[in-house]
Amino acid sequence: METQLVDSEKFAKQFIEAIPHARALGLELITIGKGQAEISMPYKPELVGDPRNGVVHGGAVSAQMDTCCGAAVMCHPDAPAGTATIDLRIDYMRGANPGQTITAKATCYHVTRNVAFVRAVATDEDVDNPVATATGAFTVEGR
Amino acid sequence: MARARPEPMHVVRQRRDAAFAALVDGIPYAQFLGITLERRGDELTGVLNFDDKLIGNPFLPALHGGVISAFLETTAILTLAWQHFLPLIEAGDIEVESLTLETIPNFPKTIDFTVDYLRTGLPRDAYARAWVGRAGRRYATVRVEAWQDSRSKPFAQGTGHFLMPQPRDSETGS
Repeated sequence: METQLVDSEKFAKQFIEAIPHARALGLELITIGKGQAEISMPYKPELVGDPRNGVVHGGAVSAQMDTCCGAAVMCHPDAPAGTATIDLRIDYMRGANPGQTITAKATCYHVTRNVAFVRAVATDEDVDNPVATATGAFTVEGR
Repeated sequence: MARARPEPMHVVRQRRDAAFAALVDGIPYAQFLGITLERRGDELTGVLNFDDKLIGNPFLPALHGGVISAFLETTAILTLAWQHFLPLIEAGDIEVESLTLETIPNFPKTIDFTVDYLRTGLPRDAYARAWVGRAGRRYATVRVEAWQDSRSKPFAQGTGHFLMPQPRDSETGS
């Protein structure tokens, strides 16, 4: 980990890792702050989509991306108190290499009064070849 | 040559049921989420069996958006795969009796998938149905909708593009 997490980031880490489904997936918050979040998902056999090749199911990657995008929105400087996904589009470039951790990085690049815009990319250990990318719109609540 | 006698209906049905079971049981991630599939004739309904681990917001509580997305996508793929494989099974090109994990045909691959979240996913079972807009030799477009208490009030909808299994897909792997 390249940066030391400050208290508010530790809180965010605990908050996200306490989400029941995030725990079920085994998600780990790596970095968070200023509208950016990085969340990793270690390889687990139960996340596999096709047992013949051991490739993680796209749905698991999209669940990881959704969590990561939501985290990026929540930590934006114009931070909303809460957020919900309006829509999320995932493009799948390739199957993730079996056995490797998948890491998602999300950036909340614009926030308006009502909507936050986010993009994200997921990679495995072959960091130059993305596994998937995502773009989404999120609600801005309680500002 | 005399035409072969038609098979008894229960044989046909057994074969379809076996093929159907093989389809769903082949995906560990679907079992992890508790997704099952019901079949009425040619209509499939995905069922997301509720479990606490599917919760994304413990305070509401609500289903995790990623779970909803995965549920829609899985229902879309399985519906597409079923429509694709059933004629092959009926024609005898795929022998259901001899299907193993190694010989089951490849699934369509997701190219992209978009989800619209319409309402909060409540902490209870959910259902989904998919419509194949078009399935060509290489690409397919599928629309899918999920609901809980009322069919007329979907809580999420999705649309996706898929790459159809290619004849020599199994040899190239990837």
